[in-house]
Amino acid sequence: MPIWEFLQKYSSVLMHGTWVTCLQFVLAVLVAVSVALVMGIGKLSANPLIRGTCVVYIELFRGTSLLVQLYWIFFVLPLFGITLPNFTAGFISVGLNYGAYGAELVRGAIQAVPRGQWEAATALSMSPFARMRRIVLPQAIAIMLPPWGNLLIELLKGTALVSLISVTDLMFQAKQINASTYLSAQAFGTALIIYYLFARVLITPSMRWAEHAVARRLGRS
Amino acid sequence: MNVSKSYGKLNVIEHLNFDVAEGEMVSIIGPSGSGKTTVLRTLMTLETINDGVIYVEGKPLTHMAKGGVLVPADERYLRRMRTSIGMCFQSFNLFPHMTALQNCMEGPVQVLGLSKKEARERSEELLHMVGMIDKRGQHPSRLSGGQQQRVAIARALAMRPKVMLFDEVTSALDPEVIGEVTNVIRKLVTEHNLTMLMVTHQMGFARDISDRVCFFYGGKIEEQGTPHELFGSPQRERTKQFLSAVKEAV
Ligand SMILES: Nc1ncnc2c1ncn2[C@@H]1O[C@H](COP(=O)(O)OP(=O)(O)O)[C@@H](O)[C@H]1O
Ligand SMILES: [Mg+2]
Repeated sequence: MPIWEFLQKYSSVLMHGTWVTCLQFVLAVLVAVSVALVMGIGKLSANPLIRGTCVVYIELFRGTSLLVQLYWIFFVLPLFGITLPNFTAGFISVGLNYGAYGAELVRGAIQAVPRGQWEAATALSMSPFARMRRIVLPQAIAIMLPPWGNLLIELLKGTALVSLISVTDLMFQAKQINASTYLSAQAFGTALIIYYLFARVLITPSMRWAEHAVARRLGRS
Repeated sequence: MNVSKSYGKLNVIEHLNFDVAEGEMVSIIGPSGSGKTTVLRTLMTLETINDGVIYVEGKPLTHMAKGGVLVPADERYLRRMRTSIGMCFQSFNLFPHMTALQNCMEGPVQVLGLSKKEARERSEELLHMVGMIDKRGQHPSRLSGGQQQRVAIARALAMRPKVMLFDEVTSALDPEVIGEVTNVIRKLVTEHNLTMLMVTHQMGFARDISDRVCFFYGGKIEEQGTPHELFGSPQRERTKQFLSAVKEAV
């Protein structure tokens, strides 16, 4: 089947899949960023209990496979009385997993902010919370934006795994088409291109824009 | 204060006994590594002390009274006490994501709870005093070292401290802009009744404006006196050596 005919026939299904992937991506990013901030800052806490919790979390989620985590959250948690719909289980798993990687970026960026900045804020009697929120985090964000750009592209690719718990994302639809038509090249080729364009046209330019915006705030552009 | 401070096994300050009167301008000189910065940092409570108590205006700074005894102060107490002390650093440490004006307003708004309007008025007045009012909208990256240091002085003063600490505030500056910073400090001495402690390598400046000069050596005050006494007729051998070494370098 020629490609244009293929596209004509399956475009609406693929569009729907792309939309679901898009939702999974956005929601997973929200989870990942929140988790990364909490765990990354927590890992620097003076309180050993908080620090320990964060270290264990980061180790656990980085050290085991996303696929296994996904199955745990979707198939095993119900045994403990926590049942999540597959859509929710999907983005939460992806978010928790990439959030663990993000936490290390947050921690590294915070530690890269010069000590003098903390000290100047302390000399102004700012509270630890205000020092973090007003002085250190804004500078840490500028430091961590470029690696976050990479992480978000990884995260997008990671969302393809949610098809394995039957979330009807782009990957799921491509597999369905393949199973019913055996048009593997067309189905997975189109999916490949859509994933690539998603990253190239949406994620990378948005991150560039964010980096510029932050540089402007630092009076650097 | 009678204070000891060590970094691990290294005793940096040993039983330092040091009093500064209200409104007094004290310069601290001494060789590198003699603990000058450490003294200022303990006063700013950026470092904890191992032994002894520091008092500010008769109130303990590093400790608080609890059930009749002094215990090491908690973060809350320290934060309240710190407001009476301001510090300027060798490397300025302005907040790079804020303009000169925002740098000055940050403390008054976030810590003292002033309204934006009050904080702005106070900050603009101080920026005017240090000659930086025209650059109030600039970020630190657009300012020269001397300009950044003057903003840093205004930022510290915006908290209305009673004690100001200056740690080698001209050491990172090009020679031709040192004057613009020392002139600001000079102005503070003549026009304000601030208690000031200044670590400096500029002997001429220290001699000009100090009420007292302390020569530090090995974490102790080796010798102190009026600028006239200390520079004119130093008593200790180490002081003489240091002063002549400095003179040769100039
Ligand atoms: N954070 C630190 N950890 C360990 N040693 C330090 C630290 N800060 C300073 N020191 C040591 O303490 C001594 C005094 O340092 P400092 O107060 O900076 O001297 P000065 O300002 O007179 O040059 C030096 O020997 C220095 O190496
Ligand atoms: Mg020093």
